[in-house]
Amino acid sequence: MPTDESTDDAPTSPVSADAPTPNGRPDAPEPQGEAAAPEADAPSVRPKLRIEDLHFWYGENHALQGISMDVQPNRVTALIGPSGCGKSTLLRCLNRMNELIQGTTLEGTILADGQDIYADDTDPVMVRRRIGMVFQKPNPFPKSIYKNVAWGAEINGYTGDLDALVERSLRQAALWDEVKDQLHSSALDLSGGQQQRLCIARTLAVQPDVVLMDEPASALDPIATSKIEETITELKKDYTIVIVTHNMQQASRISDETAFLYMGRLIEMSPTDQLFTRPEKDRTEAYVTGRFG
Amino acid sequence: MHALPAPRSSTRAFIPRTSMEPSEDGSFQTHRSRRKRIGIALAGILFLATIFGVVVLVTLLVDVVTSGTPWLDGRFITSFPSRNPGEAGIKSALFGSLWLMGLTALISVPLGVASAVYLEEYARDGWFLRLIQINIANLAGVPSVVYGILGLALFVRFAALGQSLLAGALTLSLLILPIIIISTQEALRSIPSGIRENAYALGATRWQVIWSHVLPMAAPGIFTGVILALSRAIGETAPLILIGALTFVPFLPRGALDQFTALPIQIFNWTARPQSEFEGLAAAAIVVLMILLFTMNLTAILLRNYFEERRAGS
Repeated sequence: MPTDESTDDAPTSPVSADAPTPNGRPDAPEPQGEAAAPEADAPSVRPKLRIEDLHFWYGENHALQGISMDVQPNRVTALIGPSGCGKSTLLRCLNRMNELIQGTTLEGTILADGQDIYADDTDPVMVRRRIGMVFQKPNPFPKSIYKNVAWGAEINGYTGDLDALVERSLRQAALWDEVKDQLHSSALDLSGGQQQRLCIARTLAVQPDVVLMDEPASALDPIATSKIEETITELKKDYTIVIVTHNMQQASRISDETAFLYMGRLIEMSPTDQLFTRPEKDRTEAYVTGRFG
Repeated sequence: MHALPAPRSSTRAFIPRTSMEPSEDGSFQTHRSRRKRIGIALAGILFLATIFGVVVLVTLLVDVVTSGTPWLDGRFITSFPSRNPGEAGIKSALFGSLWLMGLTALISVPLGVASAVYLEEYARDGWFLRLIQINIANLAGVPSVVYGILGLALFVRFAALGQSLLAGALTLSLLILPIIIISTQEALRSIPSGIRENAYALGATRWQVIWSHVLPMAAPGIFTGVILALSRAIGETAPLILIGALTFVPFLPRGALDQFTALPIQIFNWTARPQSEFEGLAAAAIVVLMILLFTMNLTAILLRNYFEERRAGS
């Protein structure tokens, strides 16, 4: 499988050197016990997420068939592929959302900062708090804008200044200026694009480390889409982002690395510009040039 | 330059005017007028079906209200029942019904909502869950007399509660529990899964998701179901007769273990009397019962609207 090698060979620009851990956030991730392991002397190549031989079944349907890949910290990794290829399923495996669906089975390992998120003693609730998710359809809670952002922090026992957290999260999601005068009005009155940025703000408010996005702009018009894309580009300074997208222009605009999935398998993963201009596999080329899919 | 094809020259109207005009090649026989007649006839039948129910109901209402109104006054509400029609009232029956409703609600709502939340949000799909579901659905269709027999055996005799308000309320609770459970389940099911997923994705536990989002959003549906179930309970006569609620109660219950009567029983009792005056009294009691029912349904609607507004707003 060339996938693992190709990611390792990828020119890993020292992103994490000039932007070490996401700072400016009071609750920076605690150093992991395993962080002292030998490979820690090269922190820039240590993946944020490492997926090893991941299999996933919906009942009898073998949706993911042995996926292995690394997600680099402070990068945007795009998952592309035709409908039903398993990209959303893969994304939802990364924060254990799939186990909320009955009748599913998972095999393989997913390590976040070296820690197995599917280990017996790992609490899925804590996994989701560290690895947040923005869904395809903006789905604000039927509460005020403020409440939407604050709720996740509240239930996770946030003890800091809630007002400041709400403001910071909304600023990070590039929504603050539009809603600062109506924080206590209903989130349902916002436009679709604003709702989606509110969902991003809500996810950021629990201060995750990784943000998963499942086609976050597919329900939005081009202007709202470009705002979301700007937001994503801005966010990778502080977060690791994995995004599923149907839109290949979008993948090439915002992502640093792209993984192409087909029929539950990872066909190819490379730096985005390489995957779109010099794909190694014929199938990848056929897909990115629009000859199938 | 390609010229547009010239419009087809035809003497036929674009939309055929006669009902039987065949299409150009004869492959369509439109039978327009026959189809129209069937349509009109069907609409008429449907209208008659609707109007039948309405007419019967209105007749019933008018009949009850006209024969009941002369008896309906303050004294009627504040008097105990009496052998003398001029002195008889529904005080004890009305209080009995209100007590019964309060106790029934206290027992059935927490139990029913809790069961529904468990079945919808916690229980894993499997034969056990399906067995329970089928049972609940069947229980909702069991005749109320059967619940009366059960209440008599279980609460009146076995639990030795006697012919008390509590025994009656427990029996009625059993009767409406399936309705409350099923309507609460429906309300929970109607919450978009996106809300749950979003809440989980923020690191919420199952209970936090249910308490902060699912239950508040399902509240309008739950309230509606609860009040409709209570409306059913308030009109039930058979189970109360079976557990031995009294028909002549010249006192007010002072606690849940006191004996009692209720409006449907009082009505049943009066209609069984030979004197025609008691028919009027029964009609008047029916009017009171209906006012109570309408009030409950109105409350259901108002509560639902209130919670729906809150759901949409902050």
